[in-house]
Formats: sequence, C-alpha cells, structure tokens
Amino acid sequence: MFKILEKQVFSPIIKLFVIDAPKVAKSCQAGQFIILRIHEEGERIPLTIADFDREKGTVTIVFQEVGKTTKQLGAMEAGDYIKDFVGPLGEPTHIENVGNVVCVGGGVGVAPVHPIARAFKEAGNHVIGIMGARNKELMFWEDHMRAACSELLVTTDDGSYVRKGFVTDVLKEVIESKGKENIPLVIAIGPQPMMRAVCNMTKEYGIKTIVSLNALMVDGTGMCGCCRVSVGNETKFVCVDGPDFDGHQVDWAELSRRQVYFKAEEQKALEHHECKCGCGGGK
Amino acid sequence: MAEQKTKKKIIPNKNPMPAQDPLERARNFNEVALGYDEETVVAEAQRCLQCKNEPCRQGCPVEVDIPAFIKLVAERDFDGAIKKIKEKNALPAVCGRVCPQENQCEKYCTLAKKYEAVGIGRIERFCADRELQKGVTLPEVAPPTGKKVAVVGSGPAGLTCASDLAKLGHDVTVYEALHVAGGVLMYGIPEFRLPKAVVQAEVENLKKLGVKIEVNSVVGKFTTVDELMENEGYDAIFIGTGAGLPYFMKIPGENACGVYSANEFLTRTNLMKAYQFPDWDTPIKIGKKVAVLGGGNVAMDGARTALRLGAEESWIVYRRSHEELPARKEEVEHAEEEGVKFAFLTSPVEILSNEEGWVTGMKCIKYELGEPDASGRRRPVPIEGSEYIMDVDTVVVAIGQGPNPLVPRTTKGLELTSRGNIVADPETGATSKPGVFAGGDVVTGAATVILAMGAGRTAAKSIHAYLTSK
Repeated sequence: MFKILEKQVFSPIIKLFVIDAPKVAKSCQAGQFIILRIHEEGERIPLTIADFDREKGTVTIVFQEVGKTTKQLGAMEAGDYIKDFVGPLGEPTHIENVGNVVCVGGGVGVAPVHPIARAFKEAGNHVIGIMGARNKELMFWEDHMRAACSELLVTTDDGSYVRKGFVTDVLKEVIESKGKENIPLVIAIGPQPMMRAVCNMTKEYGIKTIVSLNALMVDGTGMCGCCRVSVGNETKFVCVDGPDFDGHQVDWAELSRRQVYFKAEEQKALEHHECKCGCGGGK
Repeated sequence: MAEQKTKKKIIPNKNPMPAQDPLERARNFNEVALGYDEETVVAEAQRCLQCKNEPCRQGCPVEVDIPAFIKLVAERDFDGAIKKIKEKNALPAVCGRVCPQENQCEKYCTLAKKYEAVGIGRIERFCADRELQKGVTLPEVAPPTGKKVAVVGSGPAGLTCASDLAKLGHDVTVYEALHVAGGVLMYGIPEFRLPKAVVQAEVENLKKLGVKIEVNSVVGKFTTVDELMENEGYDAIFIGTGAGLPYFMKIPGENACGVYSANEFLTRTNLMKAYQFPDWDTPIKIGKKVAVLGGGNVAMDGARTALRLGAEESWIVYRRSHEELPARKEEVEHAEEEGVKFAFLTSPVEILSNEEGWVTGMKCIKYELGEPDASGRRRPVPIEGSEYIMDVDTVVVAIGQGPNPLVPRTTKGLELTSRGNIVADPETGATSKPGVFAGGDVVTGAATVILAMGAGRTAAKSIHAYLTSK
C-alpha cells in the first residue's frame, strides 16, 4: 500500500498527489512513468512522474479526471492509500547538452514536461518553456515551470490568462524569432492532437521533436503489447521502448484510433461507478 | 518379505473425472474439471501397481515420490500423502491441474503400456485441494543460515526455487513486477483451468515458510541484479523472469483495433478479471467472430476464453494440421467439446480493417505440409493463389513469446543466446555470472509449468551448494 502524503487541487479536474514510494523515488529519471491501481477491483493506469524527492522518498503525480479511475483517484485525500504503485517504468528521456531546447507542455502535460525541462537545464541547456491550457482555471505550476526553465512563455486557448493562442502559435513565434537553426530540439508533451500539431509544424522547419506518447497500457513492462505504436514503420511498445519517440516518425492516425478502442466501455464503467457511489459524477 | 502380495487385479480405465457440461461451461469461467471425491480418489489410487522400479518417477521433473503418496491415498492416509508430495512439490494444487501428465509421470506408468495410466495428476490434485480446504501443515524449515537470496520473478520457477531455499534456512525475497505473485499461473492460465484462489492459497503457504514476496517490483527498473548483489547484500540471485514478450506476426494491419496479443487478451481476462467488467474496472472488448492464431496451449486458452466472453464463433487458425497441434491433447479435446472451430493449414497474410481502424477480416493463405523441418514437424508450404478472406472481427495472436529483455539487458556479464534467452547450465542453473542462477522459460523459451518448477528446484540445489561452500 502506498500512502498519499499530500494533495493539491489545481482545478476541479486537475489534481496533484505526493506519494510515499521510496523505491520509485530512489531510481526514477525524467521522462519515466508509474502504473497505479487504486484498489483490488481496480484497473492499472499509467501516469508520468511529475516530480520526485529521493531523500524524502516521494513521487509526485498530476492527473486529469477523465474517467472512472481518475475520478475515483481524484476523490481520494491525503492519508488515503493506493493499493499498487509500480515504477519507474519506460526509458528515461535522453538528456544532453544541445544548446537551446524548447519544452512544450499542453494541459496536464505541463506536469511530465517539468522534470524534463529541469534536467535539460541542469545539463547546461538554455530551456525555453512553453505552457498552455484551455483557460486560466486549468493552468497550474507556472512557478515550477519558471524555476525549471531558463525562460517561460504562457498561453491560454481562450485568452483568459496572459495571452490567447495555442502552444503551437507560441512555438512558431519562438522559432521565427530565434531562427530555426538555433533550435535543435523540441520536447512536446500533452494531448495527442497538440503533440501532433507541434510535430506537423516542426517537421516543416526540420527541427527534431521528441514526444511522450500516452498509449493504452496494461502491465507497462513489455509483456502484452497493448501500447504498441508504429514508429518509422516499425512496431514499438510505448512502455519499454518509449514513452519518448521521434514525433516525426510516429503514426499518429493509428495511435489515435487505438486510443479510443475502449471508449464505450470507459463510458459504461463511469456510469456504473456513478450510479453506485452516488457522487453524481462529473461535477 | 514375510507375505507375498496377492497378484493385483488390473482395472484398465481411469476413474472418470466429473466435469461441467461442455456447452454450459463454455459460457462461464468456473473450473471445468471438478475433481475426485474421496471414494473415487481411493479407487483410483488402488489401481496403482506399486511397481518396485517406480517408472513414473522418472517422468516427474520435481521427483515426487509418486508410488509412496499413491499408496498412502489407497490407505486413506490423505495427510500422509500430501506431506509426501510436498517433500518435493511446492505447488501441488497447481501441478495436479496443469501439468501435461500424459508426457510426464503418466507416460511412464506401467499400466499405460496396455491400459490407461493411473490418474497421478488427479490424485495429487485431490490431496492438495483437501489440504488447502482443511488448513495446511507446514514442512520443517532448517535453522537460519544467514545467507540472503533474491529470486527475480514469482512464476513457477521462482516460487519453487524460493520454497526450496527457504526450507534450507536461507533468507529469501522474491521480486515480482506485477501486483500479484504467480506469474503465468495468474495472468496466463485461465480461471476455468486453474482457479486463481488456488494459486494464491499456495503462494500464502510459501509465505508461511518465511519467503518474502515484494510485488510491484520491476528488477531492471527500480533496481538491477548487480545492485541487489552489491548494495543489498544478496549472496545469490535466481532469475526466473519467464518468456513474457509476445511475438506478433509482422503482417500488415496487425495494429488494428481488435488485434490482441494472447498475453494482453489473457492478462486482461485472468489477472484483471475483465470478464467481471464493470464490477472490476479493466475492460475487454471482443466481436462476434474471433480468430486465435497458433496451436499451442496459449491458443487453446485464448479460443476457450473468447467463447466465455461471449463470442459467437471462436476459431483456432493454425498453419499445420490437427496432428501437429502442440497443445495438450486434453486441452484440444476440451476446446472441441466447447465448440471451438479449427481452420487448419491456414495462416493470415494481412489483417483487414475499416476506416476507424477496426478489424473487419483476415486475408488468409492455405498451406500444405512438406518435408519435416529441423523441429521434426512437417514444414507448412503456402499454396500459391489460395488466398481467401476469413470473416472475423477480433484476432488474438498466440504464436509464442520470447524472454522479457528487462533483466538480461540490465545485468552486466550475463551471457545470452541469439534469441535473448539466458545461457544457464542445465545441470545446475548456473549462468556466466558468478552467484547468478537462472531457470524456466527465460532459459528454455516458453515451455511448461512443471519444467520451470524442475529448473527452479535444480537451481535451488546448486545455490545451496554455492552458499554453503562460500
């Protein structure tokens, strides 16, 4: 059992937990993820590591409530226990000194991009952070990102905070102003449409772009292939070969088709949950 | 020898095992074979001739003293019988159910030359189930030796190795990547062949011997074998990480929605209990017509599971013919009884899907059998121009598994085969790395539960020798 030490509520649907998980905290690296299971009848879901403290033995996760398990998780409080919490999983992000790196975090993707930005900065890079959210209410960790990056640009889709526009708009401005030859690497993490849009744009500029894929997973250790994805016409398992991949090589259409495979079941699970727990669901 | 035994009257046939009706059971996940009752098990045990040369024992990879435990059952000393079994076998309730006895102990039974072999597996199962029900008597454990052993993987190889070492007084910790111990016994073999409660009861017994089990612990990720030895003070390591890496066909369309590896299909169903969705959270989705590719036990499990999940048709699609099916005969018969259909001498060349990426069919090619290949089986040769479309909407790929690379990749100085299996001495389980032993599917490639257990036992013996000579 893994104790929730701290809970922060960023918005009605985005929450942060600090989990007591010394084994994971001891060895995890930026870019890796964990799999958790709330209770005996629960499913295993992957969440990217947003932060860690090796001395305290804690791992921070940030998640958005999108279905039954994340809603149930969101209803838990500090002091509660999560049944299973396994990691670190996946390959760490490849960190090197390339000069300038742009780290783009869209929506809840700001959390996983955070330790990566920090690691690139620690490796001596000038890290330009771009974070975006649908609106001001869904914006979190601006302070964390400011500390992790050399400079930070913020945007909201609806213009309710700082400026109006997508992260791709901001990225385009950065590339145009700095010159594409001065941006050797872009890291993009967020919803699939956002990562895909970033990749479509950087491809035109010829800028290498690494994305962190969020495929459906079961075990997360390479034994089932549920998370498989075509990268450069080869089948890869996101859980062991990734989650980071060259975004220009990813078959996005296939990935998004596989992502909605269980949509009907997910809806059914949520309805089943809501009628049982009486919470009324989706606040 | 004071009295000469009167010549035993031979009873030619096994006492039948009661089982659920095929068509009824094909739609539920309850265990198919129901087990003997006390009268039947005694009658079956009395069929044993108590041969002096004990041919059956050579067929058992963990060397159970078969005639001795069967004699005790024949005398109704069930407590004595299970004690005798457990001298050698840590998981009798599992072995009694899933061992391919026809290729092991029962193959060598004297009766089998002319009649049906004694139902050794069935008798073992009865003894083990009876003990699980009434409470377990623990075997004796040697005084602590002060030596620490880490076992990586809690499948049949790891559990057997751990149990043997614990009995010898070593301090054993098992590291398991999943959230529950048992390996393939939990995620692979279906509930209807091996109830998960039975597996967990046996795992609990191992814990009572002092074996510590750390679940949610992926060696190769949170730590490595080298770190376990250098930093955690383990004196020896046993690697029993199995063959959990699924092979795919590498044909177009294989990443369509509706194509599962058998590992995913069975893990969702067995480990995550997706058949109880939505009471359990993990979903599984199948269509009306399911094709399972392959002919081994995993394929049979997949096809039988598909029926239980509600498929209207469940097909085994196999490149060779009925004769070459590598699955256990009993499993093939059970599958046939339940209504699984077979497409022999057939293999897909492409999986077809619609615009949303869902499987709509399979382009297959017919085969004929040529000369025997290196494995001794007749090589399937495609018949040119024989392509046709098979109407299916779900595909389960059960063509085999390789070794999971996480541990081999992160352990320095471990010799591997070209397929990524760990090289280990079959006599001792020793690898190229001092103090590191390995056994089971990670060494041999996908094989059987009992062979993995045998390898775990062999390694435990040599780990004990290694630790006591150090």
